[in-house]
Amino acid sequence: MTSEKELKEIANKIRIGVIEAVYNGKSGHPGGSLSIADILAVLYFNEMNIYPQDPKAENRDRFVLSKGHCSPALYSALALRGFFNYDELLKFRNIESNLQGHPDMNKVPGVDMTTGSLGQGLSAANGMAIAGKLDNKDYRVYAILGDGEIEEGQIWEAAMTSNKYKLDNLCVIVDNNNLQIDGTIEEVMSSYPIDEKFRSFGFEVININGNEISEILEAFDKAKKTKGKPTAIIARTIKGKGVSFMENQVGWHGKAPNEEQYKIAMKELGY
Amino acid sequence: MNINYEVKKATRQSYGEALKELGEKYNDIVVLDADLSSATKTELFAKEFPNRFFDIGIAEQDMMGTAAGLATCNKIPYVSTFAVFAAGRAYDQIRNSICYPKLNVKICATHCGVTVGEDGATHQMLEDISLMRTLPNMTVVSVSDDTQAKWAVQEIYNINGPVYLRLARLATPIIYDANDKFEIGKGIQIGDGTDATVIATGVTVAEAIKAKEKLQSEGKNIRVIDMHTIKPIDKDIIIKAAKETKHIITVEDHSIIGGLGSSVCEVLSENYPKIVHRMGIKDTFGKSGKAEELLKYFKIDSNAICEKITKLV
Repeated sequence: MTSEKELKEIANKIRIGVIEAVYNGKSGHPGGSLSIADILAVLYFNEMNIYPQDPKAENRDRFVLSKGHCSPALYSALALRGFFNYDELLKFRNIESNLQGHPDMNKVPGVDMTTGSLGQGLSAANGMAIAGKLDNKDYRVYAILGDGEIEEGQIWEAAMTSNKYKLDNLCVIVDNNNLQIDGTIEEVMSSYPIDEKFRSFGFEVININGNEISEILEAFDKAKKTKGKPTAIIARTIKGKGVSFMENQVGWHGKAPNEEQYKIAMKELGY
Repeated sequence: MNINYEVKKATRQSYGEALKELGEKYNDIVVLDADLSSATKTELFAKEFPNRFFDIGIAEQDMMGTAAGLATCNKIPYVSTFAVFAAGRAYDQIRNSICYPKLNVKICATHCGVTVGEDGATHQMLEDISLMRTLPNMTVVSVSDDTQAKWAVQEIYNINGPVYLRLARLATPIIYDANDKFEIGKGIQIGDGTDATVIATGVTVAEAIKAKEKLQSEGKNIRVIDMHTIKPIDKDIIIKAAKETKHIITVEDHSIIGGLGSSVCEVLSENYPKIVHRMGIKDTFGKSGKAEELLKYFKIDSNAICEKITKLV
């Protein structure tokens, strides 16, 4: 168990890594990476059974970042957890780096599924969860989806599969930061009510503030105790969380800060 | 080679039978289907191994993604639906969730080409070879008869990476003996005629052999190449044929754009430039009708091959 205080600090470090990666890479997606930093801190430093020295261990818990463009947050968490050298983050999106714009399971230790084309991660997570059931393994599978991403029809095909096979070893987290590239979720193509949708697809649904460590901890605990059906945690978050000028700003979905902005961001994050 | 043209079997049926056998041999095989198990014949596996069979419903994109996830956990998924829904509808899932991460998923797509028959254009996949062979990491196999199909179902298990296996609905003659040997990436040369070479794949192989036999009685010596592996393509056998025979003809139940004909053109243009006559579906959609009628209508049957060669030789 990692204390709440420590997890908060780790979430902050993940955010610092996000800014470092996107600034040095001069490209990437800071907004949605910052919104999931707290969730990743809890997953990688408390919740998941993972082995940085043996990243492919068969009994490990699996994680799928279905919203693959938020790779800076995943890479940052993996680096901090010891899967690879932290300095790699500074080479994010560089032609000589393994840290691709979107996660590549064959290039980066700790990445369990290659993602990037939105809407596909939940299907893969289902496959992992089904394999776990077939092999009588007790590992769990986690998948983070975006609230814009769930506009993809495949997500709902996959949700039916999660339900059909009673995947109680699967926990879906929807990063509900309410923004996508062209505007708010309501403006572009409302996926609301997200909780009712997942509930009607047979999921146990938990609504939380996804930037609040204690609520995330509690939700994962509840998910683990849920039997006979999958869980969906609808995590209300703030896009760009932690960097004042990025918070709730659609413009920070996919652009890198300039030097001045980088300095302000790092200062705000207490670096 | 003595073919009894009356004894016929569809390669989808051979697939179903071979898959069931393979399931007994290997515990890591899982099978996924999208509500077409009675047509793709995965039902034979499903009946025997219900715990390892997953009917994902009418959701091909999810099926491909689920297979990808299973493959990350060392399962070897054989995934089936009609070719149009596999290679077409789920193209992006095959590209990004299977081929890019090089996952060990075997996409066994039935009902390829116009020989689907009565269902018509929406269900007659004419672009799958084209779409699938352009994907990095993908192996593309297109079998011509029962013996070859059964070999392929077993053989692709040993390939570490994604495979597209093209299977047909139409029952076609059994060409090979049970003891005949095949190798991925090696075409099969039938006869050593030098007047013309007919390179065929899938259901058109039997048509080509029939044409060869007919032309023989007219004193024309034809060689047939059964190109069961489209990718990696057997360059040597194509170049050899181009050097040794006067004419090169390709024939496929697929668009002439991007398929076998294009593959042969690519090999020859870079190695031994020669005119290639492509027989196949000529930049049009299919239509309803009986499979045999459609082979004739689209001029990819033995008569059309004979006509073509008679004009050339």
